[in-house]
Amino acid sequence: MSVLVVVECDKGEVKKSSLEVATYGAQLAAQLGTSATAIAVGEATEDNLAKLGEQGISKVLYDKEPRLKDFVNNAYTKLIATAAQQEDAKVIVLANSNIGAAVGSRLSIRLQASLATNVVELPRTDGGQFTVKRGAFSGKAFSDVVLTGDRKIIAVKKNSIEAQHEAGKTAEVADFSAQLGDQDFADAPKQVVMQDQAGGILLPEAERVVSGGRGMKGPENWGLIEDLAKALGAATACSKPVSDVDWRPHHEHVGQTGITVSPNLYIACGISGAIQHLAGVNSSKVIVVINKDPEAPFFKAADYGIVGDVFEVLPKLTAAVKELN
Amino acid sequence: MKFLVCISNVPDTTTKITFTPDNKEFNKAGVQFVINPWDEYALTRAIELKEANPGSTVTVLNVGEADTEPNIRKALAIGADDAIRVNAAPTDAFFVAEQIAAVAKEGGYDVILMGKESIDYNGFQVHGMVGELLGIPTVAPAMKLDMSGNAATLEREIEGGKEIVQVNAPFVASCQQPMCEPRIPNMRGIMTARTKPLKVVAATGSAARTQVTEYALPPKKQGVKLIDAANAGELIKLLRNEAKVI
Repeated sequence: MSVLVVVECDKGEVKKSSLEVATYGAQLAAQLGTSATAIAVGEATEDNLAKLGEQGISKVLYDKEPRLKDFVNNAYTKLIATAAQQEDAKVIVLANSNIGAAVGSRLSIRLQASLATNVVELPRTDGGQFTVKRGAFSGKAFSDVVLTGDRKIIAVKKNSIEAQHEAGKTAEVADFSAQLGDQDFADAPKQVVMQDQAGGILLPEAERVVSGGRGMKGPENWGLIEDLAKALGAATACSKPVSDVDWRPHHEHVGQTGITVSPNLYIACGISGAIQHLAGVNSSKVIVVINKDPEAPFFKAADYGIVGDVFEVLPKLTAAVKELN
Repeated sequence: MKFLVCISNVPDTTTKITFTPDNKEFNKAGVQFVINPWDEYALTRAIELKEANPGSTVTVLNVGEADTEPNIRKALAIGADDAIRVNAAPTDAFFVAEQIAAVAKEGGYDVILMGKESIDYNGFQVHGMVGELLGIPTVAPAMKLDMSGNAATLEREIEGGKEIVQVNAPFVASCQQPMCEPRIPNMRGIMTARTKPLKVVAATGSAARTQVTEYALPPKKQGVKLIDAANAGELIKLLRNEAKVI
């Protein structure tokens, strides 16, 4: 019996959300009195996988099949299911990412497991029950969920666990083969197209986010948002009306029907704070609101606020960050 | 082509979420329920593909009790041909997936579409479970879906980009923007929806694998600290020295 952690890699690096998942898995293993093994997916290097020891992982399984570099739902599902059986894993932990959700949902059927997504804390395992806390109602609430199955799969929400780094500890990287064949890659993508990310920071994984709403008046003014984001090392985002009129791409839309983010810092510029938008951001640790309307509902959900014109305030903030750095 | 579109019945996006005094259930009092906004992409795209491929049909499926029927009728008014309601409370994603898989198997559907997730439970699980139960591919979340005969080309969102995926029917896709512009019913649609078939079937005997025991609201904010716009740079110092987030 062990805890199996699914670690997503990209261009050789372990994704930030997977460092969080590795930490979660190692802490859960300690809680259950067992050890945490990882299975790597995506483009990995052995050196970076060995460094998962810093998060408390003891062993990393690595299948060098080159076609595993890109996400393939069937192949990834079979790979992880095979690893889970070999390791007799009672709990599988993965990121609440598009890959994690696609694979986790199939695995839950194949392994007859209870699945919880969007999980924000370590489970409570007292009294013989296994209870997780997860986000529900699109960020407007949380629910406690008991996983009744013998096997459990947990998808951990991004930025809800802080990745631990215990310098110098290394994990054993072990060759692993799930004997994948051509039929397992039948649903492989024909093409993978990556977007140009502002500053290379992905919104779902970002620790800091600068977001704009209709108060920015037009896409031509987004340079002000981007300047501040760049100075802060932040990702950029927007409200729904902004993506609806194509000022910004859909993947930047934060809110109830867009993506839910939980960064350490969320700066909202010219966004009034409709309930649907708040749902997408209210698990952010610190919220800053800049709006010329002192009655904007967003101020009620904010930690810091500036009542003022975004076109005057944003350049001042960018200058202040540059000065500080 | 036979399309099966799965819809869930969820609180309107403007709903202020509250719970019963024991925090064990969502408080439905005074809440307006709507078709899950993500499911509207699936429904509208299925109708568009049906219109482009004569002879195709769109069936709407909901797992829910009788109070979901107004929204099933709304889906029929938007343009689905017929509907099936599995008469049961949707206890968890696995239970719902088992019902969908049973209906899909019985009806021999080619394309099974649904929204990315429901805005109440936010599971993002049902698509993969249905695909695995039926042994067919799932593409999730799909931003684009085109069909040529039996072959589908989809764009799947990945963190930081997209994949172009080709699959043959039967398959499952969970849909999101910018797949299409969701339609609203017109008067003619509303009139014809009244007489379209809505079949109620009993649930299969499977059991849920998870159980919600308690709900909680997020902790309240302490109150906003306002900084004078003329002195905006002060905010950056507070973020570093007080909030310690930069």
